[in-house]
Amino acid sequence: MVEPFLYLSPAIVLIGTIILIPLIIGISYSFQSIEILNPFATGWVGFENYVDLWSDRRFWIALENTFWWTFWSVSFQFLLGLGLALLLNTQFFGKKLFQALVFLPWAVPTFLSALTWAWLFNPTIGPLPHWMAALGILDEPYNIMGDPDLALWGPIVANIWFGVPFFAITLLAALQSIPGELYEAAEIDGASPWQTFTKITLPFLAPMIAITVMLRTIWIANFADLIFVMTGGGPANSTQILSTYIFTTAFRRLDFGFASTIAVALLIILLVYAIFVLWLRKKLVKV
Amino acid sequence: MARMELKDLVKRYGAVEVLRDINLDIADGEFIVLVGPSGCGKSTLLRMIAGLEPITEGDFLIDGARMNDVSPRDRDIAMVFQSYALYPHMDVARNMGFSMEIRRDPVDEKKTRVAQAAETLGLTALTDRLPKALSGGQRQRVAMGRAIIRDPRAFLFDEPLSNLDAALRVEMRLEIARLHQRLGATMIYVTHDQVEALTLADRIVVLNGGDIQQVGSPLDLYERPANKFVAQFIGSPTMNVIPVTGGVEGVTLANGQWLGLPMRENTPFATELGIRPEHLDVVDPGPNVLTATADVVEHLGSDTNIYVNVDKVGPMMVRKHGNIPIATGDKLGLRVMTENAHLFAKGGAALPAPVRQAA
Amino acid sequence: MSVTRTNPALTLGKYVALLAYLLFALFPLYWLVKIAITPDRLIFTEGTDLWPSTTTLDNFRTVIFQTDFMAFFGNSLYVSLGTAAVTTILAAGAGYAFSRFDFGGKKIIVAVMLITQMFPLLMIIAPIYKIVASLGMLNSLTSLIVVYTAFNIPFATFLMQSFFDAIPKDLEEAAMMDGCTRFQALRKVILPLTLPGLGATLGFVFTAAWSELLFALMLISDNESMTFPVGLLTFVSRFSVDWGQMMAAGSLALIPSCLFFIFIQRYLVQGLTSGAVKG
Repeated sequence: MVEPFLYLSPAIVLIGTIILIPLIIGISYSFQSIEILNPFATGWVGFENYVDLWSDRRFWIALENTFWWTFWSVSFQFLLGLGLALLLNTQFFGKKLFQALVFLPWAVPTFLSALTWAWLFNPTIGPLPHWMAALGILDEPYNIMGDPDLALWGPIVANIWFGVPFFAITLLAALQSIPGELYEAAEIDGASPWQTFTKITLPFLAPMIAITVMLRTIWIANFADLIFVMTGGGPANSTQILSTYIFTTAFRRLDFGFASTIAVALLIILLVYAIFVLWLRKKLVKV
Repeated sequence: MARMELKDLVKRYGAVEVLRDINLDIADGEFIVLVGPSGCGKSTLLRMIAGLEPITEGDFLIDGARMNDVSPRDRDIAMVFQSYALYPHMDVARNMGFSMEIRRDPVDEKKTRVAQAAETLGLTALTDRLPKALSGGQRQRVAMGRAIIRDPRAFLFDEPLSNLDAALRVEMRLEIARLHQRLGATMIYVTHDQVEALTLADRIVVLNGGDIQQVGSPLDLYERPANKFVAQFIGSPTMNVIPVTGGVEGVTLANGQWLGLPMRENTPFATELGIRPEHLDVVDPGPNVLTATADVVEHLGSDTNIYVNVDKVGPMMVRKHGNIPIATGDKLGLRVMTENAHLFAKGGAALPAPVRQAA
Repeated sequence: MSVTRTNPALTLGKYVALLAYLLFALFPLYWLVKIAITPDRLIFTEGTDLWPSTTTLDNFRTVIFQTDFMAFFGNSLYVSLGTAAVTTILAAGAGYAFSRFDFGGKKIIVAVMLITQMFPLLMIIAPIYKIVASLGMLNSLTSLIVVYTAFNIPFATFLMQSFFDAIPKDLEEAAMMDGCTRFQALRKVILPLTLPGLGATLGFVFTAAWSELLFALMLISDNESMTFPVGLLTFVSRFSVDWGQMMAAGSLALIPSCLFFIFIQRYLVQGLTSGAVKG
């Protein structure tokens, strides 16, 4: 059959040339030395980049930061998103307007979310440091993004703000597909609201939650914009995650070989994670 | 006007064969009903005739011309879909006139024909409505209007009445019958409802599991079913079928009783006996009748349906005209009208009916 | 929904929670606009007050008339609209093929498209840079459109497919029985019905292109062809920080995506519902 390919071919050609071919080239870069600033050091180097990566202290720091960045972002986005979806699944006055407003952060361009939150954390023009000081969380109103111990929380908060609507939308869609009769039946059977939630709502949502959390985890682990704009990886690499490390290595140091090596490492980690989650889901669903 | 020939048609999806060796000649102006349980392939066959489904093997001809590779638009056939498939963004008039719009027919002619069709179908007041503002019956009429406006050489109907309520279904059934009388066009109609099949068809094609079971007039199928499947599918309520042991000019029932079937051939090969509920007589219990207990009795006014348990044979159903005074738990006798009994051999094929004596 | 027992404490808790979500969602945006309309001289003294004692539109005036922002704005608009238009057309074709045809290799193509959604796009930033540079296309807005289109096609295709899936196949078949070719059926019957879907896809891709930063940063260095995010970011790092003007520029950048969002959010939920569940 030729006809479907008439409709498909532009998309296939574009994805092939802009994504797949560069992807293969990118993987090949990880076995080369390609430094734009040092054109004489170009050539195939085998696994040298990978050996360097293994002994690169910044890579391991970035890996650890990637883990915490992803873990806290996904956890809070999911919990707050679930709460919001449950609220939106009830009736209340002004719901349509509320929904439009509360989903708005999702529409805000990421660079702007990053700048806005950076400004909010800035003690000169932002209220957050003052409020935190007043609550006793901070000793004095200073910028937490200058503190290596706390800096990662700046981008994490911005990420939570930006990502809650996504979880809420997907979970709301799943919630609305649960047949109402199930709740009525549970009520007639004398289930308490908490029992209804744990025995009906959660099991129904579980497959959707597993897939959404997996996709979101991968997406957030790759998501460099917020950190790049808010802290640039600093101070002292305390907010450097793998994806920002890839970008700064490529963009600032113009060392494409090493940047590609980090990218391949990240890809492998995410692949292992995805396979693990899918395996786990298959195992749990069978029961 | 169209004569259609289906020669050795086969339909396969990958390795799955959904239709086998379909052979059928459809005369010009004939009303053919394809009937069978869901999954029997009747809709697929209709869609192959329409051109919406490619033919895997065999030939399909209209008026002698091979149609296998002709696209639906060039077959000059109209189709009424089960879902009606009205275009949601077009009003009734444009829905009906769409085929003429596509063929770039003169606007005036289109307007006249749409007005005529709307008049015939009682849709004149609704022509500027969108489908969503119509009731189920009205949508059905628009779908029919869309088909008749083109004056095609054949009409296909894919379960057109199954989304309507019972009363409306009867009304639209009559309307389709009238339409056929008036237009005299070839019509092929798919349904799983045997009442529609019996009332509308010139000839019925019974399909099961991808095979044609029998082709014949409604009365043919009722009186001389080719096999157990057709016997049980056609006729309502369903024919009773009970196991028997074959003998000479008669059979032995499961309770040991002998049932004489004089003038029948091949009785030794019979493994089952079929008798329609209306071909059982209720008599007083006694010798040479079946002894039964009434289980459930339905008084319909015009008829009485009696569900009985025949001793050592099993459940059967009896239908009698009028109001028969029987109550649950009553013992009664049943006499089989042997001239209307059917015999089936192992595998379900019907054994030939008695040779009727010329009077 | 079933009748829920009305416990006053629960009801109160629910409204408190709703209010908290609303404040969390809107407060940063409120702050953005608040600083933008605070006069420069009050920024430091009243920067952390909830509302300034006087307000001004000077910052907006300066940004619009005395800086390059309108040019950045124009570049972004050009890139985002171009990306949205091209992506939507291509994704509509691909989504239609996925929705209406069964063909060899379909599963593989779907799988490849899914994978492109999962691997780090940053991975190809170096090769893309080298390819674009060797073509002499650095600082070209067209190259941005091409790259963004490729990135957005997979998701847009799945979105469009879910909209096509929602349109019964019967309609096309009826159109073909009525004398249409498949393409006529697509144009006269299917496309008019999928207009909301096209709109949603257009809006979604526009928003994504509007906010893309990293590839634009890499591929564009020329002041002339900077997109809004790049322009704003270089503004932050290059000059002494003029908070009011930056906030004003940020507020302006919000307008197009928010407008689109209000338009599409209804369809987006619908598209995600049918599409995501099937996965």
